[in-house]
Amino acid sequence: MSDMRQLYQEVILDHNRKPRNFGSIPGANHHAEGHNPLCGDHIKLTLNMQDDRIDAIAFEGEGCAICKASASMMTGAVKGKSAQDAEVMVDEFRGMATGTLDLDKGGNHLGKLKVFAGVKDLPSRVKCAILPWHTLHAALNSESSISTEGAADPLGDNA
Amino acid sequence: MKIERMNVESFNVEGVRGDFPILDLQVSGKPLVYLDNAASSQMPQPVIDRIVCYQTREHSNIHRAVHYLSELATREYEAARVKVQHFLYAKESREIIFTRGTTEAINLVMHGYGRAFIGKGDEIILSALEHHANIVPWQMLANEKGAVLRVIPMNDAGELLIDEFESLFNAKTKFLALTHVSNALGTVNPVKGMIEFAHKHGVPVLLDGAQSAPHQVVDVQDLDCDFYAFSGHKMCGPTGIGVLYGKAKLLEKMQPYQGGGDMILSVTFEKTTYNVIPSKFEAGTPPIMAAIALGAAIDYLNGIGLANIQAYEKTLLDYATERISALQDVRIIGKAKHKAAVISFEIDGVHPHDVGTILNDEGIAIRTGHHCAQPVMQFYGVPATARASFAFYNTRQEIDKLVDGILKVQEMFS
Repeated sequence: MSDMRQLYQEVILDHNRKPRNFGSIPGANHHAEGHNPLCGDHIKLTLNMQDDRIDAIAFEGEGCAICKASASMMTGAVKGKSAQDAEVMVDEFRGMATGTLDLDKGGNHLGKLKVFAGVKDLPSRVKCAILPWHTLHAALNSESSISTEGAADPLGDNA
Repeated sequence: MKIERMNVESFNVEGVRGDFPILDLQVSGKPLVYLDNAASSQMPQPVIDRIVCYQTREHSNIHRAVHYLSELATREYEAARVKVQHFLYAKESREIIFTRGTTEAINLVMHGYGRAFIGKGDEIILSALEHHANIVPWQMLANEKGAVLRVIPMNDAGELLIDEFESLFNAKTKFLALTHVSNALGTVNPVKGMIEFAHKHGVPVLLDGAQSAPHQVVDVQDLDCDFYAFSGHKMCGPTGIGVLYGKAKLLEKMQPYQGGGDMILSVTFEKTTYNVIPSKFEAGTPPIMAAIALGAAIDYLNGIGLANIQAYEKTLLDYATERISALQDVRIIGKAKHKAAVISFEIDGVHPHDVGTILNDEGIAIRTGHHCAQPVMQFYGVPATARASFAFYNTRQEIDKLVDGILKVQEMFS
């Protein structure tokens, strides 16, 4: 069970049970939807940008524990950040989940989000963890919807 | 129909398991418990050996050259067709067309029959239980022709409503495309009566047999279906091979699906004369090795007996249903009176994908997702389910391991 405990850590299970920033921001000026048709994960993200900072952010939708916890922790992590800093985190999170970012080297901004590092060993679950981050990227760039079917990392080079 | 008798207690499952080398595998450091048979079954040694024998001693292209290997490969390929004919109790071997799988078989009927005989305003009846493979081709046809799809509804148990089915028929009804056994829920549809009713209205019927051919005796003449489609890889054969059975008189009036070599009698730049059935529908070099291996898989299944397989799998279904039903906060989705050995379930508060990942860590392979049957998921208001599907090489001990695994999932998420 140790490998599974590595992935399903208490912090992930807790965010799955009690997702933070769950709901939607009325009158949000950025929004996007993310789908993972393969497993039915569906994330709706609303955010308010003020002076290029994420002033408010919320998500709603259906998903597995990995997806929901990733969305919940993401909203907490990027609130108050500039669009540019949030995009850096999108890149770093993607790098961690797909195994291209070396966490031991340090210098990243992932902090508590490193609990998701274990998904890189579960190819079928990588996209569950990444979906909220792709949706954030889409919202920041005002793409209205993104789908992760068929690609573990649709923003990657091979998408 | 061949009648087989057996005493379920005497079913030698350990002996059967010895035929499947993959069942000795360790996954996540534990013995593999393979419960994803509705997606694809495993291959026994005699079928593996047949593939090796063909590739080492018999391979060539078929229906072409006069040399030794070509004649040998042709003979074995056509012998496989006859095995399929007998397996389905079809009248003639020319009614058996080799395809890539069930999906291609259904697409063949859509193109060859549907595009020729279904037109604007005509109606095609499907059921609420269909796999996407028996929805999307008909939707494509309906869009192209301006035809209309009508859907047989079901009840909460996952059984089709036969009264509603009958009321769907009218003068515009031109086709019934129906699954024999639901892949998502395991429901066995009362197809014989439904086919009889459709025929009273002059409507031909295609049965999607992907989930019935591996698990029960299928007699296409007794059922009187017009088309029956199934896949090799769900019945101990390889991927890349499937079968379309069609009544000869229908196949003969259908248009070819693909053009190419082997499906012609003569070709000039002005005109092509098509070959007779079944060649008319087998353009190009077919999957020769896979067809021969399917024949070997049929031999293997016949050696055990489809009726024996069905009776044994019923005991597995009953045991698994009893054990899973007894679990707290677990809901079985699909409780039809007549079911194949498939159990779709939900654990309160846990997404099926998390269930699948944690069970995988116990060496248990199940399917999680929408099972290519999104309308079924929508009916139950769930995005996905976890599904355990059994084969004759599964055991009660494996069901116990599944139940222990579900308890571990619940403990982790508690």
